[in-house]
Amino acid sequence: MVSLFCAVIFRDLRLALRHGADTLGAVLFFILTGTLFPLALGPSPDLLRHMAPGIIWVCALLAALLPLDRLFGAELEDGSLDQLLLIGLPPSLVALAKMTAHWLTTGLPLLIAAVPLAIMLGLPASTLPILLAGLLLGSMVLSLVGGMGASIVLGARRGGVLLPLLVLPLITPALIFGAAAIDAARTGLPWAPDLELLGAFLAGAIPLCPLAAGAGLRAAVE
Amino acid sequence: MAESLSVFRGDRLVLDDVSLTLHAGEAMLLTGPNGAGKSTLLRVLAGLRRPDSGTLLWDNTPIQEDRTTHAARVAYLGHQDALKPSLSVLENLHLFARAGGGSIPDALTAVDLLPLADLPARLLSAGQKRRAALARVLLAKAPLWLLDEPSLGLDANAIVLLGQAIAHHRAQGGVVIATTHVPLPLDDVRHLALPGAPPPVDRWWDEQGDEETRLLQTEAEEW
Repeated sequence: MVSLFCAVIFRDLRLALRHGADTLGAVLFFILTGTLFPLALGPSPDLLRHMAPGIIWVCALLAALLPLDRLFGAELEDGSLDQLLLIGLPPSLVALAKMTAHWLTTGLPLLIAAVPLAIMLGLPASTLPILLAGLLLGSMVLSLVGGMGASIVLGARRGGVLLPLLVLPLITPALIFGAAAIDAARTGLPWAPDLELLGAFLAGAIPLCPLAAGAGLRAAVE
Repeated sequence: MAESLSVFRGDRLVLDDVSLTLHAGEAMLLTGPNGAGKSTLLRVLAGLRRPDSGTLLWDNTPIQEDRTTHAARVAYLGHQDALKPSLSVLENLHLFARAGGGSIPDALTAVDLLPLADLPARLLSAGQKRRAALARVLLAKAPLWLLDEPSLGLDANAIVLLGQAIAHHRAQGGVVIATTHVPLPLDDVRHLALPGAPPPVDRWWDEQGDEETRLLQTEAEEW
């Protein structure tokens, strides 16, 4: 079962490699929107440093949402979803494998791209580890909650519009804790509680989201 | 190995009180006009779709109890070939070889696709894609084959290969249920005609004597 789970992930990674433009699209979107802020807000280093945590987090959330629409949508359209549900894995594990693949192809590159963006916005180097730790947890939460949302809107008309409306409100706690942790680190306050709350959110999402997503996949093929 | 009595309703009544029983090594062809519910019945049998009433039994165990276990017993060929255009035939089949434990070269040889194994699926013709999808059915090593229009787009040679694959599967005790509009090269096959939307048939059954009663019964219901 574990090897089958990994095989589903590898299949998605291979697909992501073949569609490199789609995969890179989210990262480029992240960097581009991030660079728009200095242009719009003006190049004041103090202002940018102050806003950097929020900018990075909001851009990362929006960028990670981009490929979610196709996460299960492409599988449903070409009939692959039927086959995935028949390989003998429980639907929730199929969903978890797809979410893991989403994180590996979107969350992880975003994490790496966040470093140059943070430096560009003038975040102190001492807060970088906390930014990355927060984004690590936050991007995992987003893959889980986003995957759940994607499976629920699957088969709905205009699902692509529904998806952000469904996912973004659910993800706000992660945004609040993640950005607050960087702010706390920058001003010398304890940042650990925020990251711990983010970790608790992730711990809750890991079992619950795949279950809901599995039910969504079952409903979508009916 | 038996299934009995499945009844199913969608938004409209697609399948009404359909019953079928199949034993190891048997094959059944589902026929009927477009919209008669052939594909729906296959999806119900695959466990992809829940029947709104009625039960499906496999070895006297209801499949609804554990649909994941049932999924491992099923090889399903849908309308769509479910191939990723950017992956090669080999890469497309890799996951399913892992799932079912079949050998990819054997499966590709059986559908005469081995020379094209490294070609991206987007370069295949419709019939070649269908053969790749059939190779996935072979790879599943599942006792129950559910084939939705398996001959779609296949040339005469490939249909012969399909017939051989089905015969081989049945010889090993497998069960095949297929929908079709064209004759398939199958021996000793049973037929189930689905009446279609305005049910013209009141009662229709077909008995072929063994000691087991094989009862195909389709009842029309007045709206």
